[in-house]
Amino acid sequence: MPVALAVRGLSKRYGPVEALKDVDLEVGEGELVGLLGPNGAGKSTLVRIAVGLVRPDGGEATVAGAPAGSRAARASLGYLAELFRFPGWYTPEEVLELHQRLAGSAGGGAERARLLELVALVDAKDRRVDGMSKGMQQRLGVAQALVGEPRLLLLDEPTSALDPVGRRRVRRLLEDLRARGVSVLLNSHLLSEIELVCDRVAILLHGEIVKAGTPAELSRPRGIELETDKGVRLVEGATREEAARLVAEAVTAGRKVYGVRALSSTLEDAYLEAVGGETD
Amino acid sequence: MSSVAVIAQYALREAIRRRVFTVVLLLTAVFLAFFWLATHFVHNQLGEITPPADVHVDARTFAGAFLLGLAMFAALFLGVVLAVFLTLGVVSGDAERGLLQPLIVRPIGRSTLLLSRFLGAAVVCTAYVLIVYFAALAIVGVTLHWWPARVLTPGLELAAGVVIVIALSLLGSVALSSTANGIAVFMLFGAGLVAGLLGTIGQALNSGHIRHASTIVSWALPFEALYQDGLHLITESSSWLTGFLLRLGPFGGGYVHGWEIRVWALAYLLAVGAVALTGFARRDL
Repeated sequence: MPVALAVRGLSKRYGPVEALKDVDLEVGEGELVGLLGPNGAGKSTLVRIAVGLVRPDGGEATVAGAPAGSRAARASLGYLAELFRFPGWYTPEEVLELHQRLAGSAGGGAERARLLELVALVDAKDRRVDGMSKGMQQRLGVAQALVGEPRLLLLDEPTSALDPVGRRRVRRLLEDLRARGVSVLLNSHLLSEIELVCDRVAILLHGEIVKAGTPAELSRPRGIELETDKGVRLVEGATREEAARLVAEAVTAGRKVYGVRALSSTLEDAYLEAVGGETD
Repeated sequence: MSSVAVIAQYALREAIRRRVFTVVLLLTAVFLAFFWLATHFVHNQLGEITPPADVHVDARTFAGAFLLGLAMFAALFLGVVLAVFLTLGVVSGDAERGLLQPLIVRPIGRSTLLLSRFLGAAVVCTAYVLIVYFAALAIVGVTLHWWPARVLTPGLELAAGVVIVIALSLLGSVALSSTANGIAVFMLFGAGLVAGLLGTIGQALNSGHIRHASTIVSWALPFEALYQDGLHLITESSSWLTGFLLRLGPFGGGYVHGWEIRVWALAYLLAVGAVALTGFARRDL
């Protein structure tokens, strides 16, 4: 798979704190990769290095083959920072126009209209940014990141200020972008969101990737749950392949079987296991 | 080049939208109104000034040069206030507020962004200083019927002094927080002004040590030297006693002046700009 973002042996130190230690990560074209980890794990540092805001102490990061931070790399990506702000006196239309001019996008009014429609800000397009809610500003931030149709999107907590409807809208947008071949590196605390949309997940802890894989690979079987006339029984450690045998045994034993379910650990379980219950 | 224009426009728009710009304009209007009033009263009392017959002082030249010198100080001070408030947070301040990151990841480059912000602030402040200077010049000229020998160059030197302050403020914004940078630049400005006054006193007292110390500060902070050169230019054609008395006051100017300091000011501006660009290129955001 062609690589949209490649990070090899990346390290970064802030004084005595090692923010990143020899991190390797790849985001393939059209792939949606989630970055998880507690606060201070190094997620934002990794994203900032990829977009050229921070210089690594060691290793390298490339965007579409160009060194991170170079003009060619920056021309290929869209970025939404965790903490960002647009000038309060601008309207959403003007923010997008400014970024179109800076990105060299020839999309014009049609692109602005499409992006505002995409993030449901058409009705607010002439409202000043300082009169918009935090959620609206975050949706505008997502639209801004999409200016110029970048091939790689780096989103740092893109849904932290959104309500459930807004989060679902962004989730669908991400799925649509993946379908169009856009690569996404998604940094989020919302495990359910990552689990729902991401092809692969990397969990960072103290600047190191401690676990990586598809959500299915990170989860593991927890057992088979049988619902019979005697109640619900969990057969721990049983796998999906054993479900038919367990049902047959229950029927042979004279039980009425109402339901059977293969249980597996969630991404949250995998995450908590990886970070050892570490919180902020 | 188009990126420079986009960011310069952005900076201009920010300058116009900021309340500090409105405050400075209001204060300027108040200053010019009081300045006109003061000039008017001086004009009315000019005929009553009767120096001794053997003291050859041109009262009109003395009053005109003194008042214009005062106006030049006000133009410099208000121009510096505007310059500092427009630029004190361009890097660190905007990065802390999250305004810088969305712009900097675009393919425009950090040097283009800093240069554009410099140009935007320089255009606004130069226009402002020239407007205040020429308004004051017109008030003095029309009311007192006195015009300095050199009209344009002092105004340009004042504006150039403010442009140097803009460069220093941008350099400071790369390394310091907005508040620390604002304090640092105003302290530098204050140090320059004090050195200028000391130099004037040193010249009047013919004290080599004071003049020497002030000269060093003027070369270290050339915005002050440009201001002094501007003051010198408006008084240089005064007859010797009038000129001498003017140079005893705070608006006499001229202990460091000429083409050397102008060339040095340009080199200084380029050096400050180069350090700011290098620092910004290496700065993590």
